[in-house]
Amino acid sequence: MKSLESILGNHPFFENLAPEYLTLITGCASNVKFEAGEFIYRQDEEANNFYIIREGKVALEVCPPGKKPITVQTVSDGEILGWAWLIPPYHCQFDAQAVELTRAIVLDGRCLRTKCVEDHTLGYELLSRLLPVVGRTMEATRLQLLDIYGNND
Amino acid sequence: METTMQSPMTPWPYRIEKVIRETHDTFSLNVVPKDSSRGMTFNPGQFNMLYAFGVGEVPISISGPKPGEQGMIHTIRDVGVVTGALHQLKKDQTVGLRGPFGSAWPIEESKGYDIVIMAGGIGLAPLRPALYALLDQRDKFGEIVLLYGVRKPEDLLFTKEFETWRGKYGVQVKLTVDTADREWRGNVGVVNTLIQRADFDPINTVAMICGPEVMMRFAVSELKRQEVPENQIFITMERNMKCAVGFCGHCQFGPAFICKDGPIFRYDKVKQFFGIREI
Ligand SMILES: Cc1cc2nc3c(=O)[nH]c(=O)nc-3n(C[C@H](O)[C@H](O)[C@H](O)COP(=O)(O)OP(=O)(O)OC[C@H]3O[C@@H](n4cnc5c(N)ncnc54)[C@H](O)[C@@H]3O)c2cc1C
Repeated sequence: MKSLESILGNHPFFENLAPEYLTLITGCASNVKFEAGEFIYRQDEEANNFYIIREGKVALEVCPPGKKPITVQTVSDGEILGWAWLIPPYHCQFDAQAVELTRAIVLDGRCLRTKCVEDHTLGYELLSRLLPVVGRTMEATRLQLLDIYGNND
Repeated sequence: METTMQSPMTPWPYRIEKVIRETHDTFSLNVVPKDSSRGMTFNPGQFNMLYAFGVGEVPISISGPKPGEQGMIHTIRDVGVVTGALHQLKKDQTVGLRGPFGSAWPIEESKGYDIVIMAGGIGLAPLRPALYALLDQRDKFGEIVLLYGVRKPEDLLFTKEFETWRGKYGVQVKLTVDTADREWRGNVGVVNTLIQRADFDPINTVAMICGPEVMMRFAVSELKRQEVPENQIFITMERNMKCAVGFCGHCQFGPAFICKDGPIFRYDKVKQFFGIREI
């Protein structure tokens, strides 16, 4: 069986991370599995988990009052799920539901935050990996808002 | 001979052989010439001017058929006056046609490369003949990736063909929609987010993109981020046009005319004009 450390090291998010940091991060990690349909977290719950998706697909949903839930994004193999663990007040903004069997490594957000406070270089490493993901998500959201396939495209 | 004397501005009558309902607002017309001496050859990516008699004429890309099959298929989204009139037409009625016009997707030039086809919305229509041509000589190309995004699951075109493309030809078909409800088990997000989920060798890839201009702009920047060379990226400019033969200047795009020099352009050759509103 592969060790957590080697799984994390092979995930695109942690590509080329210094081995000593990989070891540190692995100290916050455990393996998780979600069946199709299972909720990983719900909106407004405390956000203490950072998921490194190994395989599967997760839908991020919003549920407008009185309407059916709408999926606004999916994340899958090789991607990450959740960054609210890093930003006060540490609350989930969406419902996250596994669309299919999903295997992930979950990193404990409190543990990660502590390690980042103790070692700012690690904090910088994590942020400089996280920020491009946040940026791309924002870019994608803007495109979705433009409704580019509408009649007036 | 009459065939060679006819002005490029005069439409030929074509009979509608088949009408296919694709989605709630999109349909396909397969047409054959009434004058059997008219050929039906075209290059993938080219378009025809379709004339709804008494209403008007619009440029529509050729979306099929498969190699060896009869006719010329046009997949049309009903967005206005002329496309609305074309939508009313039935089997055996007549439509006017001029063409084929315009540049083509670089099929021959792409031999030996991985191919990434990116389509947004109705943009899959002009790319389908490219896909047919690639699959016709499947062994001449490396990975073939189709990344296709639409607004909602019910807007997806040609869904019946995806399984054949995947199963028989090993195409990586990746679909995404802008939003969906829980019935949809696929990806949600914009089409350029699919690029990093596909397996291809960027340096050795030719990308062919067709969709709304904003989508293409973001697609190009993501492809460049993955290090696909600019001179291996091809885009389409589907701005409005009238004559289709470079006479009227209606579709001027920088120094080029979209109708005559386009609609398919190599990205590095037009990048200074791409995304500029006033052009
Ligand atoms: C080279 C080329 C190939 C094309 N291929 C296809 C195709 O395969 N299938 C297809 O459905 N359409 C295609 N189009 C777009 C199609 O030509 C237009 O949708 C059509 O001209 C609209 O005419 P209309 O009279 O129905 O709409 P109008 O009544 O003139 O306009 C209705 C709405 O459509 C918008 N519109 C008009 N022209 C365009 C355009 N060129 N692109 C986007 N929006 C437009 C207008 O801004 C308006 O909002 C192509 C365009 C070009 C230039």
